[in-house]
Amino acid sequence: MIRSITQQKSVEEIERLLDGMGRIFIIGCGTCTTLTRTGGAPEVEEMNRTLSDKGKVVTGTTVVPVACDNLTPEILNDHGSRMNQADALLVMSCAFGVQTIGSQLGAMVIPAQDTIFIGKESPGGGFNEICTQCGTCIIGETGGVCPVTACHKGLVNGPCGGTNNGSCEIDVNKDCVWTVIYNRLKDLGRIDTMRKYQKPRNHLGEPSPGKFKVPG
Amino acid sequence: MTSPFKKALDSGKFVVTSEVAPLKGANTEKFIHHVELLKDKVDAMNVTDHQSSVMRFPSLGGALLVKEHGGEPILQMTCRDRNRLALQADLLFAHSRGINNVLCLTGDSVMLGDHKEAKGVFDLDSSQLLKTIRRMERGRDLAGNDLDGNIAMCAGAIVTPEANPIEPQLIKFEKKIEAGAEFIQTQAVYDMDNFKSFMDYARQFDVRILAGIILLTSAGMARFMNKNVAGVMVPQSLIDEMAGAPKGGALKKGIEITARMIRQIRDEQICDGVHIMAIGKEEVVPDIMGEAGLL
Repeated sequence: MIRSITQQKSVEEIERLLDGMGRIFIIGCGTCTTLTRTGGAPEVEEMNRTLSDKGKVVTGTTVVPVACDNLTPEILNDHGSRMNQADALLVMSCAFGVQTIGSQLGAMVIPAQDTIFIGKESPGGGFNEICTQCGTCIIGETGGVCPVTACHKGLVNGPCGGTNNGSCEIDVNKDCVWTVIYNRLKDLGRIDTMRKYQKPRNHLGEPSPGKFKVPG
Repeated sequence: MTSPFKKALDSGKFVVTSEVAPLKGANTEKFIHHVELLKDKVDAMNVTDHQSSVMRFPSLGGALLVKEHGGEPILQMTCRDRNRLALQADLLFAHSRGINNVLCLTGDSVMLGDHKEAKGVFDLDSSQLLKTIRRMERGRDLAGNDLDGNIAMCAGAIVTPEANPIEPQLIKFEKKIEAGAEFIQTQAVYDMDNFKSFMDYARQFDVRILAGIILLTSAGMARFMNKNVAGVMVPQSLIDEMAGAPKGGALKKGIEITARMIRQIRDEQICDGVHIMAIGKEEVVPDIMGEAGLL
């Protein structure tokens, strides 16, 4: 399952973003930020206490099931008036949810999180970024592992000189994906695909912002 | 157009290059001093490109200064800070000003430098940059458009002979040669037996190889490199030798060790030359060369 991975902004930054706004409604998300423990029920409650301690009036809180879906009439029935009483909605979902809620309600929305990547859950309870939706997929030639994403520099022709003992130049706790790819291709008996020169990437597979209409 | 450095590579002589690093600021006095010191001693001088991702006077400007002061520059170009338009434009400019040697590098991550929040570009990688140069020599840019005036470059790349694991590095090394690298300057090597094994493999390729030699200035520096610099392995015997230098004599000992390694590489014809990196101690490069019998 892929998830939108977030980390909470510092209290100082949230305070700065809420400057001049005394009445706040807090919205958590029951999907990704609940799983990453950045915007589920306990974190919403913690934020309620933090903001109250800072002298804000919290007009209400809720954790919506999926913040990147439009809010249902039921949610609006239950919480609409308290949302309306607030100067801003502090949204503890990823930026998909913040923008969905903001455009649906036309309300002032403030993100409590930084959305850091779209990640895949890994066995140890963590998340890894393995695809950045570049629009020009090359993993057919890299053993099914994406170096555009998993190499810090997005290199497509093999490792840089900064890799050391199978780790990435920027962090010994991150794998050098070119070691991973090499080992995978070796196991598959397909090192020849790594020897193939990859031409400069097309950075405009889908020019940003991406847009797609379902055909037919 | 054949550059003097290219002629040296083709002559079969033992080639010596060194490094001159532009400094942070518009004051070029010290840089020019290093150029003046080395220009008649080495075959060419590499001008580093925001070394370790620390913003400095540009390599292109430094290469131009080398040229203006009578030296032979090797323009180092990383792919970290420029996209394919900017890289090609700088190659055109370099050629137009008589800079005809270039070392193609991917470049360190910006996170290692002093502008950690900058965007790392990496639109091309080192092997793609090499191919781009060969294409521009044939009068075409990367988009397939005709150039009004080709470039001519003696183009090179790097390799890390002590990398672990080595196999992915060697695949990249071979790609760089296929992409058109005429010379290779290696990451620092200290263990000559390991380096000889690498050369046994590398000799099969039509490329000139210059062994990278970093001047040791203390035992602490050697330990630091072992711990922090990818693909650099200073053997314990050399660390002990540095540690055993008399007080105040570490630099002298470092010069002695460096000269000894260069002499061995030349006498045993292990490779085609050396690339001396005396990081921050450029003024002792003539001493190293003198002690190695190269002057």
